[in-house]
Amino acid sequence: MPRRTDISSILVIGSGPIVIGQACEFDYSGTQACRVLREEGFRVILVNSNPATIMTDPEFADATYIEPITPDFVERIIAREKPDALLATMGGQTALNTAMALHRSGVLEKYGVELIGANIAAIERGEDREQFKEVIKSLRDLPGGPPEVARSTMCHCVDEVVTAAQNLGYPVVLRPSYTMGGVGSGFAHDDAEARSMAEIGLDASPTTEVLVEESILGWKEFELEVMRDRKDNVVIVCSIENLDPMGVHTGDSITVAPALTLTDREFQRLRDIGIAVIRAVGVDTGGCNIQFAVNPDNGRVIVIEMNPRVSRSSALASKATGFPIAKIAAKVAVGYTLDEIPNDITGETPASFEPTLDYIVVKVPRFAFEKFPTAEDTLTTHMKSVGEAMAIGRNFTEALGKALRSLEDSRAPLRLTGPIPQMQEALTNAARPHDGRLQDVVQALRAGASTAEVHQSTMIDPWFLDQLVLVLDVAQEVASAEELTADVIRMAKRHGLSDEQIGELRGLSGAEVRSLRWALGVRPVYKTVDTCAAEFAARTPYHYSTYDEETEVAPRKKPAVLILGSGPNRIGQGIEFDYSCVHASMALSKAGYETVMVNCNPETVSTDYDTSDRLYFEPLTLEDVLEVYAAEVAAGPVAGVIVQLGGQTPLKLAAALKEAGLPIVGTSPEAIDLAEERGAFGKVLADAGLPAPRYGMARSADEACAIAGDIGYPVLVRPSYVLGGRGMEIVYDDQTLTTYVTTVTLASEDSPIMVDKFLDDAIEIDVDALFDGTDLYVGGIMEHIEEAGVHSGDSACALPPITLGAEVVENIRRSTRAIAEGVGVCGLINIQYALVGDTLYVLEANPRASRTVPFVSKATDTQLAKAAALIMLGASIAELRDSGMLKATGDGSTPAESAPVAVKEAVMPFNRFQTAEGTSVDTLLGPEMRSTGEVMGLDASFGIAFAKSQAASYGPLPLEGSVFVSIADSDKRHTILPMEMLEDMGFALYATTGTAAVLRRNGISASVVRKRHEGAGPTGEPTIVDRVLNHEVDLIINTPHGGSSAGATRRDGYGLRSAAVMADIPCVTTVQGLIAVVQGIAASRKGQVSVRPLQEWAPLMRPEKGAPSPELVKGSLGSGVENSDAEKEN
Amino acid sequence: MTVPALLVLQDGRSFRGQSFGAQGETFGEAVFATGMSGYQETLTDPSYDRQVVIATAPHIGNTGWNDEDDESGRIWVAGYVVRDPSPKPSSWRAKRPLTEELESQGIVGISGIDTRALTRHLRERGAMNVGISTVDLDLESLLEKVRQVAPMAGADLASEVTTTKAYVVPAQGRKRFTVVAVDLGIKAMTPQLMSRRGIEVHVLPQSATLADIEAIDPDGVFFSNGPGDPASATHAVELLRDLLGAGLPYFGICFGNQIFGRALGFSTYKLKYGHRGINQPVKDLTTGIVEITAHNHGFAVDAPQDHSVETEFGTASVSHIDLNDSVVEGLELRRDGELVGFSVQYHPEAAAGPHDAAYLFDRFTDMMARMDRKEASHAA
Repeated sequence: MPRRTDISSILVIGSGPIVIGQACEFDYSGTQACRVLREEGFRVILVNSNPATIMTDPEFADATYIEPITPDFVERIIAREKPDALLATMGGQTALNTAMALHRSGVLEKYGVELIGANIAAIERGEDREQFKEVIKSLRDLPGGPPEVARSTMCHCVDEVVTAAQNLGYPVVLRPSYTMGGVGSGFAHDDAEARSMAEIGLDASPTTEVLVEESILGWKEFELEVMRDRKDNVVIVCSIENLDPMGVHTGDSITVAPALTLTDREFQRLRDIGIAVIRAVGVDTGGCNIQFAVNPDNGRVIVIEMNPRVSRSSALASKATGFPIAKIAAKVAVGYTLDEIPNDITGETPASFEPTLDYIVVKVPRFAFEKFPTAEDTLTTHMKSVGEAMAIGRNFTEALGKALRSLEDSRAPLRLTGPIPQMQEALTNAARPHDGRLQDVVQALRAGASTAEVHQSTMIDPWFLDQLVLVLDVAQEVASAEELTADVIRMAKRHGLSDEQIGELRGLSGAEVRSLRWALGVRPVYKTVDTCAAEFAARTPYHYSTYDEETEVAPRKKPAVLILGSGPNRIGQGIEFDYSCVHASMALSKAGYETVMVNCNPETVSTDYDTSDRLYFEPLTLEDVLEVYAAEVAAGPVAGVIVQLGGQTPLKLAAALKEAGLPIVGTSPEAIDLAEERGAFGKVLADAGLPAPRYGMARSADEACAIAGDIGYPVLVRPSYVLGGRGMEIVYDDQTLTTYVTTVTLASEDSPIMVDKFLDDAIEIDVDALFDGTDLYVGGIMEHIEEAGVHSGDSACALPPITLGAEVVENIRRSTRAIAEGVGVCGLINIQYALVGDTLYVLEANPRASRTVPFVSKATDTQLAKAAALIMLGASIAELRDSGMLKATGDGSTPAESAPVAVKEAVMPFNRFQTAEGTSVDTLLGPEMRSTGEVMGLDASFGIAFAKSQAASYGPLPLEGSVFVSIADSDKRHTILPMEMLEDMGFALYATTGTAAVLRRNGISASVVRKRHEGAGPTGEPTIVDRVLNHEVDLIINTPHGGSSAGATRRDGYGLRSAAVMADIPCVTTVQGLIAVVQGIAASRKGQVSVRPLQEWAPLMRPEKGAPSPELVKGSLGSGVENSDAEKEN
Repeated sequence: MTVPALLVLQDGRSFRGQSFGAQGETFGEAVFATGMSGYQETLTDPSYDRQVVIATAPHIGNTGWNDEDDESGRIWVAGYVVRDPSPKPSSWRAKRPLTEELESQGIVGISGIDTRALTRHLRERGAMNVGISTVDLDLESLLEKVRQVAPMAGADLASEVTTTKAYVVPAQGRKRFTVVAVDLGIKAMTPQLMSRRGIEVHVLPQSATLADIEAIDPDGVFFSNGPGDPASATHAVELLRDLLGAGLPYFGICFGNQIFGRALGFSTYKLKYGHRGINQPVKDLTTGIVEITAHNHGFAVDAPQDHSVETEFGTASVSHIDLNDSVVEGLELRRDGELVGFSVQYHPEAAAGPHDAAYLFDRFTDMMARMDRKEASHAA
């Protein structure tokens, strides 16, 4: 069946900001979907609040709405665009939930929007546990009998519970009905436990009901990726086996593709069930993911759940097989059948087949517990990882070794030497699922535990344990070999050992092993991911390394540029860097280069085989990158290697790569070092006459206190050996400083700590700029809305800056140029400034693509990463101005009068983490970055843009209700007017004593509330924090109280902010923010909030690119903005 | 301690690896199989007689060897080429490791070689003979021996793999039909699936005559899969022509499809490197539905796909094609518009492989039921 002709426009919903459990895999899916739908000639309308996504690049849709993904905003978009259909299966749970809400509110019906991909009934049957159970039970005709769900009994008294538990067999899970936060649920191992837990559970349940369910903890866990078209053709794209058995979320598990421990009979049983389930649930067109548990003792299969949409697993499966699930899902959603869609990789065969692999894929999760020290790190069914790395090898051990080193965590690769722990201790550690459990498993095996014993304590399948034993055997052979011969090295390599690991076994450095290996001619070859195990020739150069015989890298004539990606997502380095790498690839490919992407993150667009001319799915370590380079040099000329777009990951390899003779293009590794080395950078600033906060290095508490005394409190302290804000704290007195130095970081002769003057009451400013050695082009200047002291990645900011005068902007330009020149930048540089009074302090400079590049690019309609890539390869800013890539005159610091305001807001993951005691982790924001993602609010005025950013991240601003106010003295006079407006709009006001008094004197009435540090009142009056947590407040206004004695007050502010985050309540911390919020609320109450796609903003951002139609200009401007200048520019 | 082994292809390309399974020397036609599961079924599939199978899936032996999944009484492959044998099996059904089974059945194999390079070589150059040895590690010497091996084209191998004695697989539940299955290399799952549908299956040796079959008075006949060149299977083709002439409903799988084709007057030819895997997309031209199917064939029927052909037994047409390369994957024969015989080139019995095509067994019973009724009405 060909493409449907009865629909012509399709709305695609993205997944919004990156959060734990919903990351850039949905950018990958959505980008594929948008690309396909446009190719098919549909008008594509996209909504996604996340500016760091490739899918929100204006060329991927006809109308790109960077607007909040809330039913309210999406309804406005539907009203404006009148799409024929809605595709909601590409944007994770966010998109699915939004579509369901629009269905329930009747919006879809009202505007005649058809849901394609999965219909309402199918989504409900897939998502609702009870309905899903019924679906499974209804599959009676399945050969081999109906599939099963976990057996359970609903009980109403203790005796019933005990009888049910006995019937099901211990252990059992008790789940009281309708209790908050899982109160009373857990495992019972015997009658006594069942009895006591039943009493608690029945008591806790308002309906006096407890569900007793059989335990499937420790069973084998499998997933199938299933695809169906409207002629009912169904294929299984991929099977995935979880190395971590049932009990650990698949996102937190080490997973393997294909499934390795099933016979064909058992695998076909899962396949039969999978197909029956997608049919019965009724996913007509598209993909779904189905999870199974298999009892390792008898093979009994239980269906756990299904997702009627693309997912993290489907992104992984796409990368693992070369079968692009989202792309195919989009095609079948618009009417094609699988046999009508060609398999891109072979070019000849159709997509109606099941990929077969001649390699093994291993995915490992990456966690960020170091950012949340108090969080409980036991892994459960609640996902906690922030990223993942995937590796491909010709066997499991090779893929595992590569995957573990892809994590860029020195603790991850299997430790094959060094102290051997006590066996029992190692077994005990391994029994608890946690980050690093596999290492404990290996240490237990090293300590002499048998695979049977390890299986007993971990339930990890013995097959995988035997593979780990194999690695240890290989390590033993390497260690005991008389000489490191080619055969010994090759054997080690074939089981995934890195040069470093071999070195450790032989008392050599990794570099020494590498030279020996090269001298012996032991080099990897590169095989191709081809979906068909070499049955057909592959057209797509999607490669992975392996130590085998024959390489498949094709020779080429065009000069190549290697782009090193950013590896697994982590806090501080995520999708924003992938965005820059993808843009570089696009720009350079267009400029005539053959682009070669190297990356190991399966969630990303960069690792889509469609993105670059060649893709190497490889770890980003020195060893692996050197080998890719060698392979490409053998294939043809290499024009350069780009390291400055992928964040710290490639940057930290730069010096070693250059030393090895690789042509690093752009800013030189020496210049990168210059910017990161404190003393040298200080000299750059001094030469340019630029001020920086005073600082000193301390090796003891006394030294630290002396420095602090000299430069004055508050000070910002951090260990000198970490980057990215790890371990930073703001300290206000000697006592705290001493504690920090002696207990937290243990400063010493070898690892001193940095003590910086902390600039209180400063306005923080972020700048992204391009420099080509001659010209500077400021991409954008962002003014932080948050108080100073919060990591720039965690702060909201506005572009263009909302309060900076022309003089300050000119000063920023001058300083930026001086630094770019002094450091020797070629490409991008990011500089953070702090403005105190009239003084512009330089906080730090990073001569690389920053996290804000995509935000700035979207907010100014200027592709900074593309421009940077071209500059690195020799283009000048002047040329880029001529070509139209950059503005012909002016730059990002001189926005057009008609330009809208963009607000970026950070999204925090605090709600994902709990302490061991089950309470929330400390949510204080600080100098250490902890946000996982960001959103953008875009509108003609700051107020609405800000309101949109809040709606997109923490929920809409309240239009009525109560407001809590606590204002710094210096700010009080500026807040009278906005507070009066809030009161006029009918808000009830609460305030701290001082603020309430000021308000009262100005005729505004506010009830007094206790501060957090005052504690509960004598008769139990709650503090403001308690009220916030009880959802008694709808909006918080809290500007920071500066000054030297501000410790307690500042912490009050932090505590309040944390409470706001926990309770999902908007919190404003600046006067600008307050004014903005009030504007936003007022505009929202008047119904002035409108939606507008980037394509309509573009001519307003860059009027010189093409004259926008007069109505467009007029229509875009909100109240209070003069539009005469914009008209003049036409 | 690992024992070195050498693999040499007929065109001189060689790979050095380690002995896997029994030590010794073996020869056959090199073919690659792309299934990721089901090595036990593959190894015991009689169609692999005289073939050296290369597993493209890197890990082999993960689930060991059990007592339930054999498709025949022994391992038939002439040799086995794998990359990474599993050190130990892991499956609740495993009775022993794969290596132990290979050793006890004397199957010579090689491991640790670049199986993907070997597969690509065969894909580009076509199927050819191969030798594996753990006793003669001299390239020239082993190559000389490989060159002496008879080619697969022209080979008549049914007599090597067929059962020597007739046997009966009883119907499960109520018996509905009696079917004679001519064993050209039959897999155990085939009579199983028939039996589950109420068919009493009389499995006869390939040498069975028309008289032998008529003596059983079956409701339908079935010709199984099997090894060798269909062009050399003169007896089977003649037998089938007699049966069709007698008006018996016919169902054939794999070799049985090629025999059907030849009986209907089509020719057969050798594919460059064949279809061996469990992921092949086949389209049923009558319904337009695509099924994912298990394949194991080096030969195919040459029949027109755009029109039907009148034969002495009725109107013959192509019913299924492979979507990867448009090879004929099924034939059907109709008289007066009614289906009277059909066959598929692939394996609806799966084992190993997906169950998508199991409906063909129902099609067989439906056909027998209908033709039975017709006869009944004639009699009346």
